[in-house]
Amino acid sequence: MDVIAQLLTAAVAEGTPLLLAALGCLLSERAGIINLGAEGMMLVGAVSASLVAAEGGSVPAAMICGILAGALLGLLHAFTCVTLRANQIVSGLAITLFGTGLSAYLGKPIAGTPLAGSIPVVNLSFLAPVPAIGPVFAHLDVLVWASIALAVLLQIYVDKTSWGLNLRALGDSPATADVMGIDVGRSRYAHVIVGSMLVGLAGAYLIFSVAPSWIEGMTAGRGWIAVALVIFARWNPVRALAGAYLFGGLDALGFRIQLMGTQTPSYFLKMMPYVLTVVVLMVLGLRSRRGAPHMPLSLGSAYVREERF
Amino acid sequence: MNGLAVSYSVEMNGIVKRFGRVLANDHATFAARPGEIHALLGENGAGKSTLMSILSGLYRPEAGEIRLYGRPVPLQSPKDASALGIGMVYQNFRLVPTLTAVENLVLGERGFRWLGRSWRREKEEEIGGLLDQFGLYFPADRPIWQLSLGEQQRVEIVKVLYRGADIIVLDEPTSVLTPREAADLFRALHQMKAAGKTVILTTHKLKEVMAWADRITVMRKGRTVRTMETRETDEKELARLMVGRDVMLAGAAPRTAPGEVLLRVRDVEVIGEHGRPALQGLNLEVRRGEIVGVAGVAGNGQRELAECLTGLRPWNRGTVEFEGESLSPRLSAKDMITRGIGHIPEDRMKTGLAGKLSVLDNLLLKSYRSRECSPCGLLFLRRWERRMEGLIHQFDVKTPSLHTAVQQLSGGNQQKLLFAREIEQHPHLLIAVHPAQGLDVGVTEAVYRILMDLRNEGTGILLISEDLDEVMHLSDRILMMCAGRIKGEFTRDRSDRETIGLLMAGVSPGEEAAV
Amino acid sequence: MNKGVFGMRQARTSPSSPSGGEPGGAARRRPGFRMVMDAAQTSGPWWLPILSVTAAMIFCAFLIALNGLNPLVVYADMVQGAFGSGYGLGETVVKAIPLLLCGIGVALAYRIAFWNIGAEGQFLAGAMGATAVTMYLPHLPGPVDIPAMFVAGALAGAVWGLLPGVLRVYFQVNELISSLMLNYVAALLLDYFVFGPWKDPMGYNFPGTPMFQPWQQLMTFGGSRVHLGLGFALAAVALYGFVLNYTRWGYELRVLGASPAVARYAGISIGRKILTVMLLSGALAGVAGMSEVSGVAHRLMYGVSPGYGYTAIIVAWIAKLHPVGLILASVLFGGVIVGGYSVQTIGLPASMSLMLQGAILLFLIGGETLSRVRIVRNGPNGEENAAVHPAPEKRGGEAWM
Repeated sequence: MDVIAQLLTAAVAEGTPLLLAALGCLLSERAGIINLGAEGMMLVGAVSASLVAAEGGSVPAAMICGILAGALLGLLHAFTCVTLRANQIVSGLAITLFGTGLSAYLGKPIAGTPLAGSIPVVNLSFLAPVPAIGPVFAHLDVLVWASIALAVLLQIYVDKTSWGLNLRALGDSPATADVMGIDVGRSRYAHVIVGSMLVGLAGAYLIFSVAPSWIEGMTAGRGWIAVALVIFARWNPVRALAGAYLFGGLDALGFRIQLMGTQTPSYFLKMMPYVLTVVVLMVLGLRSRRGAPHMPLSLGSAYVREERF
Repeated sequence: MNGLAVSYSVEMNGIVKRFGRVLANDHATFAARPGEIHALLGENGAGKSTLMSILSGLYRPEAGEIRLYGRPVPLQSPKDASALGIGMVYQNFRLVPTLTAVENLVLGERGFRWLGRSWRREKEEEIGGLLDQFGLYFPADRPIWQLSLGEQQRVEIVKVLYRGADIIVLDEPTSVLTPREAADLFRALHQMKAAGKTVILTTHKLKEVMAWADRITVMRKGRTVRTMETRETDEKELARLMVGRDVMLAGAAPRTAPGEVLLRVRDVEVIGEHGRPALQGLNLEVRRGEIVGVAGVAGNGQRELAECLTGLRPWNRGTVEFEGESLSPRLSAKDMITRGIGHIPEDRMKTGLAGKLSVLDNLLLKSYRSRECSPCGLLFLRRWERRMEGLIHQFDVKTPSLHTAVQQLSGGNQQKLLFAREIEQHPHLLIAVHPAQGLDVGVTEAVYRILMDLRNEGTGILLISEDLDEVMHLSDRILMMCAGRIKGEFTRDRSDRETIGLLMAGVSPGEEAAV
Repeated sequence: MNKGVFGMRQARTSPSSPSGGEPGGAARRRPGFRMVMDAAQTSGPWWLPILSVTAAMIFCAFLIALNGLNPLVVYADMVQGAFGSGYGLGETVVKAIPLLLCGIGVALAYRIAFWNIGAEGQFLAGAMGATAVTMYLPHLPGPVDIPAMFVAGALAGAVWGLLPGVLRVYFQVNELISSLMLNYVAALLLDYFVFGPWKDPMGYNFPGTPMFQPWQQLMTFGGSRVHLGLGFALAAVALYGFVLNYTRWGYELRVLGASPAVARYAGISIGRKILTVMLLSGALAGVAGMSEVSGVAHRLMYGVSPGYGYTAIIVAWIAKLHPVGLILASVLFGGVIVGGYSVQTIGLPASMSLMLQGAILLFLIGGETLSRVRIVRNGPNGEENAAVHPAPEKRGGEAWM
């Protein structure tokens, strides 16, 4: 019982940054812009937050800085992909490379320095006696709850509001959206930048939850897992929530097994997010032969206004 | 009735629009009144779609003035046009395939709104009213990709009405419709006209125009030729105005005696896109040295027929015999090429020519496999330059050099290039789909001459075209295609426009009154 | 026909909002200038890579200066480290070898617009394949060892490359995602081997295999660490150039890269092409991995690749898939990596070179668009007159689905 609770707690802790980053990528992908820069954005978000924290800044200030750093890189990505119509894949890769290098460079002076501060915890002690899941939910921090709320809110935003409707149109058929009076460029910019803010926040969150100090390359592929998670969740925020905890749980399980001394399965457990994502894509691929579209149809392609059809 | 000051809802004066070197609109003038169905008639490439795209704000004219109800208006974007009450139904629908019809209708509405159940009920009621008023029905709660083309078109039209358009422009509305759907559409348009709306449609189909339009404007080569009342004209005159000459160049192609049967298609059935049956027991024969024309409204299986015969799509049932040999449905495009089946595809720049590659690369597309062209798998392009120069010269393709990217050539030169390549292969059978689409008269005649010469040399040609005049002009035998079957056959000398037109509209000769 | 002209919203100088209708007649034009894209030109001019490298260096100089360091000193250090001495040059070439091999591999895939970003995984697979020979066949006769490792590395890389191809051809799985995911699978597999069954029992817990025997190591030239892999790489690039330009197969790749629909029409089997290309692409990266473990590291170890597979993507892109460009770009980026190591002496992280790489790539793709854009004055007789080209087809390679 206790082991399960521990594992679930670890799954939530490990899953939250994944969820935040995945929701960020999801927003920009729903608008038709794939964000392969997530890994770089997370790193830059993390290093900005730790720089602020190292200078004695408060936790909220550090978080905001992480968000702003994400926004800046998001602006860059939007500029190359929307305005310059450059290849989104290459732009994303370039941002990841750039962000990895930049974060290592900026973080060099504070690498390994323990940082003070933690995220406030929401105490729900009355939950603690509930078996199994009680202890998991009793002492979660604010951002965990915020990320859960965000996933639900995003789902509502996409499915139940007129703006979400416009977003769906934008991702599936920007030409139609344009004809219907939606400003394709502005809307894509907005979603990419807001999405990148979430990715930056995910990086900042790592500093205060998973690792207590800045280490070069500390995201360890979480940005890529987030990219995979979006696909795993089939561009659906609430499914991303479940997927994040699943992927987080796999990671936590691997770690636990490693602690027990046997290393072998932990590597294979760590592979699961990647393998599962490919499997999901395979299943979708087989199903899409029957015609049901499942991904934003315009994903990855730039939109040109006066194109003749 | 027409004595009183006639007020126009739309006036377009001196519109000029250029695409590169092509003058799409050359001081075109157009005017339509409220409460009429106005047909803008012209061949493909006459500039009617461009003119209407200008009216809908999609393109900006280089010169000219647009007035709505007598007032000059700025039209900078589709949004401006929509705000001024102009609604355009494009040939390629502007619908988001994953959204439902209702969602497509309300797309882009200003402000933040909660799309709850009450909202949905309210919208469905509102739209239901429109549907009833004009007799346009479609399932409102299914995603667009599940709807038929006819249903999608109705969604488009309702979208335009829902947005409060008083001026409704339809670009080639019947090209994707079955005859029944087309009749329904025109009844709905009639309702709109009765409601005082201005209905403008572009088309090249004389029959429809004569049956439904109140007034007609004919366009040719980017200019508006004349506007007239429908009852004051007839098909013959319209055809002459459209083409600029008498259409029926009778006797232009003396028929030679056809040879033995080259291609025999028996009871072929094919599943098309989205799993719908496209060919349903099709039978046809092509002999050496004859042109067999397949006429019919697009979307009745013509594309699938061409794809089957060129190895791009397998058939499910039936047999295809070519040169006396039964072909397997699994044969690849490569097999068909090596057997000597040439193909002028429907969409030349999408399938026939690679725009980014050079003229030389494109010319070798069919012959590069031959041992002569690439011995031991080695292909030295330079060795082929001189020969291809000659070919280009022979077919009068105007290009700066062999190394120019094909996308920089004009449409006519592209088509001549495509013909040059296919004919260089000395095909035994040539499948030509809309060979003159979008070409000007000069190139069209060149293309026709090429086809005739080829036939006279003994090649069998299957000509698939929507353009009835083209089919009648070229073909030795004419087959009418409808709903994946051949519905009638005529020899050239016994072809009767009336009957063919009726068959094309899906009506058997007996039940003429139904139109 | 597409007119290939579009107005960039950011470029509009008029204060009026683009959405609002303007008063006045349709003939009234917005004053000022706007950007117009010349779509007839499909790629940037030859000097663009040089310009973007320069621009990226200037951009990064600002970032370096912000941190209180003199960028000129840092750059001088990098150049000195990478190209300033015989040793440095040798190291640059050593780094250029895997970059070139992987670069050819991805360039081949990009030729047919197949977005293989899995060179990293294929490289690691090749390294593991070659090492497997040393681990499991320790008693091979000496002269057979290297060829066996070569074949095993190439095969392992090919299998790893073939996977995204198979997934794409038979399951319609986007290769971009699958090849990326497989990179991580390969990296974790490598971790498993070097931390687990292949760990050197005498290695003081170092995550790596035992050192290879001398006959399992590629020969090196002179006193440098430059190894026979250079021969593999140069042979591969020569073959790449020849095959693309002078063979039937290369012609087919060109057609497929330009338009899949046309390739299908011409009877080229797209699925088979994708599979063979990915087989070769993976094999090339696999050979790179083999030559890295056998020629440089002399063992398989944790972190054997500093991201060669990713840098190779930039190499291919900046070289515009041209063989000579590939050689130049791989030497350049080999130099950037070595330069990155050499600035560690002044307290900067080696991954600074990643920053430079990323910036170069960003400037390159940005510049590629900008070089096709012209500023056009909104004339009275039609704003687009000056720049209109009849240029159909949107750039096919951009859509990644």
